[in-house]
Amino acid sequence: MFSYCTDPSTLEGLSWLSCYLTTGKHVNLYISVFVVLTLLAITAPVALLFGFGAASAARSKFLPLRWFGKGYTSIVRGVPDIAFFLFFVIALDQAFEWMRHKVKCPDWDQPIRQGIDFVVCDAAKLPLSTSPQWVHETYGFFLAVLTFSIVFGAFAANVLYGAMRAVPRAQIETAEAYGMTHRQAFWRILVPQMWVYALPGLSNLWMVLIKSTPLLFLLGVEDIVYWARELGGTKTARFTDYPHPNWHVWYFAALLVFYLCFTKVSEVVLDRIMTRLTKGQATAAGEAQRKAAA
Amino acid sequence: MKSLILGTAALALTAGMGLADTVRLGTEGAYAPWNFVNDAGEIDGFERELGDELCKRAELTCEWVKNDWDSIIPNLVSGNYDTIIAGMSITDERDEVIDFTQPYTPPDPSAYVAQSADVDLAGGVIAAQATTIQAAFIAEQGWTLVEFATPEETVAAVRNGEADAVLADKSFLDTVVGDDLVMLEKSESLGGGVGMGFRESDAELRGKFDAAIQSMKDDGSLNELIAKWEVSSQW
Repeated sequence: MFSYCTDPSTLEGLSWLSCYLTTGKHVNLYISVFVVLTLLAITAPVALLFGFGAASAARSKFLPLRWFGKGYTSIVRGVPDIAFFLFFVIALDQAFEWMRHKVKCPDWDQPIRQGIDFVVCDAAKLPLSTSPQWVHETYGFFLAVLTFSIVFGAFAANVLYGAMRAVPRAQIETAEAYGMTHRQAFWRILVPQMWVYALPGLSNLWMVLIKSTPLLFLLGVEDIVYWARELGGTKTARFTDYPHPNWHVWYFAALLVFYLCFTKVSEVVLDRIMTRLTKGQATAAGEAQRKAAA
Repeated sequence: MKSLILGTAALALTAGMGLADTVRLGTEGAYAPWNFVNDAGEIDGFERELGDELCKRAELTCEWVKNDWDSIIPNLVSGNYDTIIAGMSITDERDEVIDFTQPYTPPDPSAYVAQSADVDLAGGVIAAQATTIQAAFIAEQGWTLVEFATPEETVAAVRNGEADAVLADKSFLDTVVGDDLVMLEKSESLGGGVGMGFRESDAELRGKFDAAIQSMKDDGSLNELIAKWEVSSQW
């Protein structure tokens, strides 16, 4: 990186550290921080959307839709995350390739399943094997987003389902007395009021989501924990210009600080949202707010 | 005439596309000197050089992919990359699931590393990387086995006393012995050498790499590479 970094063995102290921390490997670590943050930024709203959809489906009057909503939440919540991430992602990837295969190579005569091998024609590969590496990585990233969203969506669905039931029945009755339809009462009365009941559960989920990113490496996406482990490992002088003993403790300490700061920021933001949502609600906290203002 | 030219052009084009197909090589990137990530963040080591040379000889374009050891076989059979080149020993169990080329290094002795030379292997706790031939061997002996996901962790377990000794490829352990760790005299001969793994349905690609390995064996360049990286005994 810097001009004086050509022979690190002659350097000491800060100048050595400045060279060490700017190697290509460390740049990968810094990039992975952004990868993780991007993943969280995309996954959280998508998972919330999945959860909202499933919770509404579980309340539906239409029986198959209700089955779908309840089935999704119970099945996904019951499967261990790591099994889900090992099995489901590969299955999902194969499902996409199988569909492309049916469309793009109709006159393919060999079986797709050969023993345990999964063989589709070259044109159906996703991404194509000729695509550059970044396409593969982006594809892996979006598979990860989808998988995370499905898993956390199921938990969010359960939280939201409970929150919808927690809204006082009197509120809906009043809406009906005003002549609102079922749909109107749902969107105008139930949904705006349920968030205050859902937020504690959702904020828990968010905290768990922040810390589950190491599962990403199972999908081939290199996250911060992977790089901390790789960089902190013992490095002998034979294979690197920057030999050092096992420095896991420093790298993991840095991760700890990162996660703690992230958690703190999340708590502050969630607290603000909570104060806002409580405003004018028929809850104890809402009552306290009214009294304080008066 | 025109259609004939067009036809030939199309044929030439598709043939060219066939050649330009990228072969994706899957490796772990955590097993020096076989494969590791260098300062620049790229895959480096014996297998990096070997793989690049094999691809050149087989006239293939190759791309390196890093994958966790635990899921390295499932991702191969599911088609996320085309071959495993990750210091993987040829064993009967693995051969049932995937196919191997001929070995590119002879069976390498596995060695023990411990804090002191007088450790009791049968009565102690032995560390090994999960799903390796070494882990299988310790389990067969009926010794107490503790498994770790990465080679680094197996050595760290011996350093902090969680395990009494670690069993791994000698070439890897050579890079970690120092003031605090010693290598035992005893060694085990496990596996049938290290080879490249392919999907069982991919015999054509396997044949290409097999031929390339043979040509490197014949002209002695494989032995030079083995000597350079000190990974195992030579052919």
